[in-house]
Amino acid sequence: MTAGLQIKNLSKNFGGLQVARDISVDLPTGARAALIGPNGAGKTTFANLVIGALQPSAGSIHLDGKDISSLSEAARVRAGIAKTFQITNLFRHLTVRDNLRLPVLERERRTSRLFGRYDDDEAIEDEIERLLSDFRLIELADQEVRSLAYGQQRLVELALSLALKPRILILDEPAAGVPSSDSHLVIDAIKRLPADLTVLVIEHDMKLVFEVASRIIVLVNGGILVEGAPNEISSDPSVRELYLGAGHA
Amino acid sequence: MSRESTIDNVRTSLPIAKTHWPLVFLTLGACAAFLLFPYDLGFMTRILIMMVFVISFDLILGYAGIATLGHAAMYGCGAYAAGLFAVHISPDPLLGLASGAAMGALIAFVSGLLLMRAHGLSLLMLSIAVTMVLQEIASKARDVTGGADGLTGISMGPILGVFEFDFIGKTAYWYAFCALFVILALLRILVASPFGLALRGIKDSSSRMRAIGTPVYWRKVTAYVIAGAIAGIAGALSAQITSLVSVEVFNFALSAEVMVMLVLGGSGRLYGALIGTLVFMTVHHVAASIDPFNWLFAIGFMVLGIVFFLPDGLISLPKRIRRMIGAVR
Amino acid sequence: MTIALSILVDGVAYGMILFMISVGLSVTMGLMRIVNLAHGGFALLGGAFAHVLTVWYSVPFIAALAISVTAVTFLAIPLERLVYRRIYRFGELEQVLATIGIVFVVIAGVNLFLGSTLLPIRMPPEVSSPVDIGFKVLPLHRIIVILAGLAVVAALYLLVEQTRFGIYLRAAVDNQDTAASLGINTSKVYLAAFALGAALAAIGGILGAELLPIEAYYPLRYMVLFLIVVAVGGLGSIVGSFLAALSLGILDTAGRYLLPDMGTIFFFLAITALLAVRPNGLLVKPS
Ligand SMILES: Nc1ncnc2c1ncn2[C@@H]1O[C@H](COP(=O)(O)OP(=O)(O)O)[C@@H](O)[C@H]1O
Ligand SMILES: [Mg+2]
Repeated sequence: MTAGLQIKNLSKNFGGLQVARDISVDLPTGARAALIGPNGAGKTTFANLVIGALQPSAGSIHLDGKDISSLSEAARVRAGIAKTFQITNLFRHLTVRDNLRLPVLERERRTSRLFGRYDDDEAIEDEIERLLSDFRLIELADQEVRSLAYGQQRLVELALSLALKPRILILDEPAAGVPSSDSHLVIDAIKRLPADLTVLVIEHDMKLVFEVASRIIVLVNGGILVEGAPNEISSDPSVRELYLGAGHA
Repeated sequence: MSRESTIDNVRTSLPIAKTHWPLVFLTLGACAAFLLFPYDLGFMTRILIMMVFVISFDLILGYAGIATLGHAAMYGCGAYAAGLFAVHISPDPLLGLASGAAMGALIAFVSGLLLMRAHGLSLLMLSIAVTMVLQEIASKARDVTGGADGLTGISMGPILGVFEFDFIGKTAYWYAFCALFVILALLRILVASPFGLALRGIKDSSSRMRAIGTPVYWRKVTAYVIAGAIAGIAGALSAQITSLVSVEVFNFALSAEVMVMLVLGGSGRLYGALIGTLVFMTVHHVAASIDPFNWLFAIGFMVLGIVFFLPDGLISLPKRIRRMIGAVR
Repeated sequence: MTIALSILVDGVAYGMILFMISVGLSVTMGLMRIVNLAHGGFALLGGAFAHVLTVWYSVPFIAALAISVTAVTFLAIPLERLVYRRIYRFGELEQVLATIGIVFVVIAGVNLFLGSTLLPIRMPPEVSSPVDIGFKVLPLHRIIVILAGLAVVAALYLLVEQTRFGIYLRAAVDNQDTAASLGINTSKVYLAAFALGAALAAIGGILGAELLPIEAYYPLRYMVLFLIVVAVGGLGSIVGSFLAALSLGILDTAGRYLLPDMGTIFFFLAITALLAVRPNGLLVKPS
């Protein structure tokens, strides 16, 4: 049995457009990998295929040796896969605290409970406080998320997924839209992630990629162009031409 | 980065019910109305029944964000169930309410399995269509429902074997009040539960809820069934108190009015539903007594006024006024 | 055989009326992404004007039709500019409410001036006379309605496929942002589409008065029917609306002829099933 996430020959068509072609990726437990590639390469689609928000046209996904390809999104999340959204997708009218509370309650299988207040469990309340302080969100805890600055919303986005205590975490451009003065907040948060968590970062910001990833996968037109260690990737001529050379603004 | 400027907003998010003021106000209001308007008990009882109906809609629209135009389906089924129960099985009012709740829940479950998969215009259309089908069935099944003439011959026994329904409608008034009180109290518990928080999460972002592993569809079906049971109780109350059920219980206008009443008061707070119902029914009553035909003007302009000028409903009025005064100063 | 033919003729005539009234609704709903429950109000207003002109002032039918449609169009223009313009930006729920409010006001307005009784439109007597078309005798009215429906389809086809307005319209239905970035004045396109839709609804309301009688509650009574045509046809699709209106017209008529007791139940169950399988309309497969 292989621990971690194995993706084999994943393909996806939108009508005539093939946005994932034969993608195979192996993410052993604790891996720090990055998925890079130009806009429209199919990175977000790939994340959605893995999490189960989209159904693949072909291919399989194994988690710790078990085939999870036929599981629903909810079931995969329960099995330990989580992802953040490229475009912040939060509960805008709830407070930061309630935003973090929902995934914790869900992880503990509480959200089907019709009775008992949602804030009456000490252990859960403590856990939420810890998450808030880990992400320096204590002061904002009682504000509605929609009143937060975008950079702070990105932190909530990250915290929300971590609250699920996933074993596999896919981060879809976690620094997108974050002012560069704040991007260290995101980078620090990613660096602090537990070592046994498997992380796949989808990112444009090369600084962030090189800081957090030990392996980089380059996706172009839905297919893998090259895969390797950061120094191999940065010296790869085809990548330089395609990606770095094109000015990665 | 300073957040001082938004400190005003800090606690704007819905606090979960910690006070019991809504229940206290409801009780005081009901007592005051009883003393002040002893000749309008019938009308005030109708308001109480509508309040039950509208708070049930708040659960799905205000909390879970599910917009339908077919809430009368459950109301009507509850009314017919309670009416038929009284005619054929037992005159006991509470058992009759239970039958109304069960029928409302059943129809919500069966139709909800379909409806809760739909969104937007399809959902609106499907929910209307379900109600239309039920209305047709009710008007065609004359042997059972009395068809267009309505179901008659409903006579009620005393509540709990003690309180007889009287001619003036005092018993009916307090009966409807108690039903509303209990349902409001239960709903307040429900919306402060993990399930209630999950509904608000679904309203804000169902895709995110799915991404944290919530079976969104089943949560919505559950909410729809609970709302359906309560709407069924509202219909049952109306059947028992007026001793009549007509096919008009399934009218589209009723479903639309429920939505209007809720948004008028303000959705997602429960007590907004009560305020909206009170104001709507009163305006309706007064306007209709001045001119029986043109009360629609009043309602129409009221709705337009709300959506254009007070989108969060009457309950946001105090805050609006405070802000306006603040702006002037 | 005769029954089948009667169903077909009545159903097609009925479908043409539904099409004329609903097509503008479909286009505006597809174009402005709005849920509009008030569209039937234009058909009612057209019918009400035509009633007043033909019955009170004995204006000849054709002239009354022209005047009424023009009047409705000129009512629609300020309504779009002053009211609907703001409704476009609302959320779905607010759109539902705002347009319900408009429906109520229109009903109350017609009620105020004309009361809540039926508002018949006087047509030339020949219209109700039967015509022998060789193998069957048909009321002339049905033939006129069907011909008028076909004329509207043809005119719309030419308008959308052959004119610059049509190009703008299709571009805007497809993607308004792209259209705007191409320099198309979407606000004018909206206005024109809205006014055109109102005019067509008025024509449909007047010609269809025999099938859908004009009275104050008209917009509420038939609202569901018009919206179903739009939902089944698919938002913004003229061809879809046409197919949907014809099939619904025939389906409903067949239900009434063949299952007089269960017709409406059958009709709505069919719609429910269809929308459950094809939530975006007949022509669009769910993704
Ligand atoms: N639901 C969809 N239907 C059709 N095409 C889509 C859909 N989602 C994404 N695409 C297309 O798939 C391609 C890949 O998109 P995406 O995965 O978002 O790329 P990336 O995240 O790498 O920028 C793009 O060309 C996009 O237009
Ligand atoms: Mg992307």
